[in-house]
Amino acid sequence: MPRPHLYLLVSLLAAFGISHFSDQIDPYYLDVLTGIGINIILAVSLNLVNGYTGQFSLGHAGFMSVGAYSAAAVTLFLGPKLLGEDGGTTLQQGLLFLGALTAGGLGAALAGLVVGVPSLRLKGDYLALVTLGFGEIIRVIFQNVEFLGGALGLNGIPPYTTIFWVLAFVALSVFTVTCLVNSTYGRGFLATKDDEVAAEAVGLNTTRYKITAFVVGAFFAGAAGGLYGHFKMTITPTGFDFTKSIEIVVMVILGGMGNTLGVILAAILLTLLPEVLRPIAEYRMIIYSLLLIVLMIVRPQGLFNFKLGKAQS
Amino acid sequence: MSEFLQQLLNGLSLGAIYALIALGYTMVYGVLRFINFAHSDVFMVGAFIGYYTGRHFPENTVGGGLVVLVIAMAGCALLGMLIERLAYRPLRGAATLNVLITAIGVSLLLEYSGQVFFGATPRTFPAVFLSTNLTFGGLVISSNQVLVIIVAALLMLGLQFIVYRTKMGTAMRAVSLNPKAAQLVGINNDVVISFTFGLGSALAGAGGILYALNYPSIDPLMGVMPGLKAFVAAVLGGIGNIPGAALGGLLLGTVETFVNGSQWSTYKDAIAFTILIIILLFRPAGLLGRVSVEKV
Repeated sequence: MPRPHLYLLVSLLAAFGISHFSDQIDPYYLDVLTGIGINIILAVSLNLVNGYTGQFSLGHAGFMSVGAYSAAAVTLFLGPKLLGEDGGTTLQQGLLFLGALTAGGLGAALAGLVVGVPSLRLKGDYLALVTLGFGEIIRVIFQNVEFLGGALGLNGIPPYTTIFWVLAFVALSVFTVTCLVNSTYGRGFLATKDDEVAAEAVGLNTTRYKITAFVVGAFFAGAAGGLYGHFKMTITPTGFDFTKSIEIVVMVILGGMGNTLGVILAAILLTLLPEVLRPIAEYRMIIYSLLLIVLMIVRPQGLFNFKLGKAQS
Repeated sequence: MSEFLQQLLNGLSLGAIYALIALGYTMVYGVLRFINFAHSDVFMVGAFIGYYTGRHFPENTVGGGLVVLVIAMAGCALLGMLIERLAYRPLRGAATLNVLITAIGVSLLLEYSGQVFFGATPRTFPAVFLSTNLTFGGLVISSNQVLVIIVAALLMLGLQFIVYRTKMGTAMRAVSLNPKAAQLVGINNDVVISFTFGLGSALAGAGGILYALNYPSIDPLMGVMPGLKAFVAAVLGGIGNIPGAALGGLLLGTVETFVNGSQWSTYKDAIAFTILIIILLFRPAGLLGRVSVEKV
């Protein structure tokens, strides 16, 4: 068995093991851990687009919302029919949730394809703006769809998200992105980022690489959205606005673009920071934004990027 | 017909405000090639300066209103220059992405500081200017709307004068065209960039006051949506192009007002972004922008 697959298997088993002790963990820590896990999935998946492929997307929260709504729609509308009156066994619920998360991921991936095909012709700031625009349009559409709750959002989503699902999807997203980028095919992502013209000159279909990155990134953003919805038990369109996209982008940039380990660390740090600063709640977001400015000036290559020579871009 | 004219007037007055904000975006993009996300929050600060100073002046006068407008513009100009000096200048020459993130950081800083120092609850903006309603055969014109259009037009003419008829304006255009060559002919780029931020921020401050006069409920997050839309207006007209920003603002404001008055009103916020996407896909340089060919 090749090594990455072994890691995946071990992490899945570990996730299963940890979930058996979740009763003994303080619920507050469990919540924080779930939040960290969801943010890691979001940051790692965005890193494939922004970091490895070098396409600046500002609409990740939009894909997250598509996933959250699709997954919630499956458990809310299909769930009662499939599970029956008594709510089904734990195994049945687990299978339903897996189906819901897959549906969320696929829904978001489809949205990623629809958004990606036209907009990936653009570069840099313009791409950032178009993805931002699409994110906002998705939000306005959800606000206007009656059967998905309109502006009030969806309530009463069953709390299916457990620490097992979160850790499993963290492992799966890290595995997929790492294997994809390190494969022979995946070198194309890095080539597209480093020099698009040169990549095309040696015969790489850069458009296809960009779209692949976009769709895979959107899939995991959607799955993270599904986890988020079944964790908070309620979702509103405004929960997935531009600010949320920025939050994820900041994780990727602070972690160091195209550095999965750094991005994971940044996601952990940036989720913990507001929790640690909770006693001075009023000022915590001021400190957060000040840190962001100072870090960009002092360490532009990212907090956890120690490789020299990779500092630019 | 009168309803059409009414909506057109509403649209133009909203569009004039978008245009004022868009000018700041477009000028900064012109000289530094990055999206100044903090611009929308300078607009918010302008409205709050108006709120705090406006209380010390008698209401419903022309003079008091003008003083408030000038103070807000000066305050915002200072703030804009301060932001440029402290946050953006250390990053001169850094990757665009880093500057973009810093701009987002400054934007968040202003918003959250606003929530702590001004309070997060919406405030009612004082009626600093004389305001009456005029009726012309079924057409209701509030004096504030006329005021917005007149003040915005005057400011834009003033800007046109500064950019095309003064030495500083020539320097601004030179830096925008080619920063290195500008330096070679003896232009101090830092001074020019600082001036550009001051000028753009003053216009945003004026926009803040005018916006607050027509929509008199202000809060620290009031800048986010108008800011994004003004940026769309700048792209629509052709980013870096000053008349383009004015045209984009007026067009966007008018279209949005008409949509708001139709059965599609709940999609009002999506209109700006739909226009943005269509423009970027079919005419990335904007309506008045020049198409540039990328050289390898």
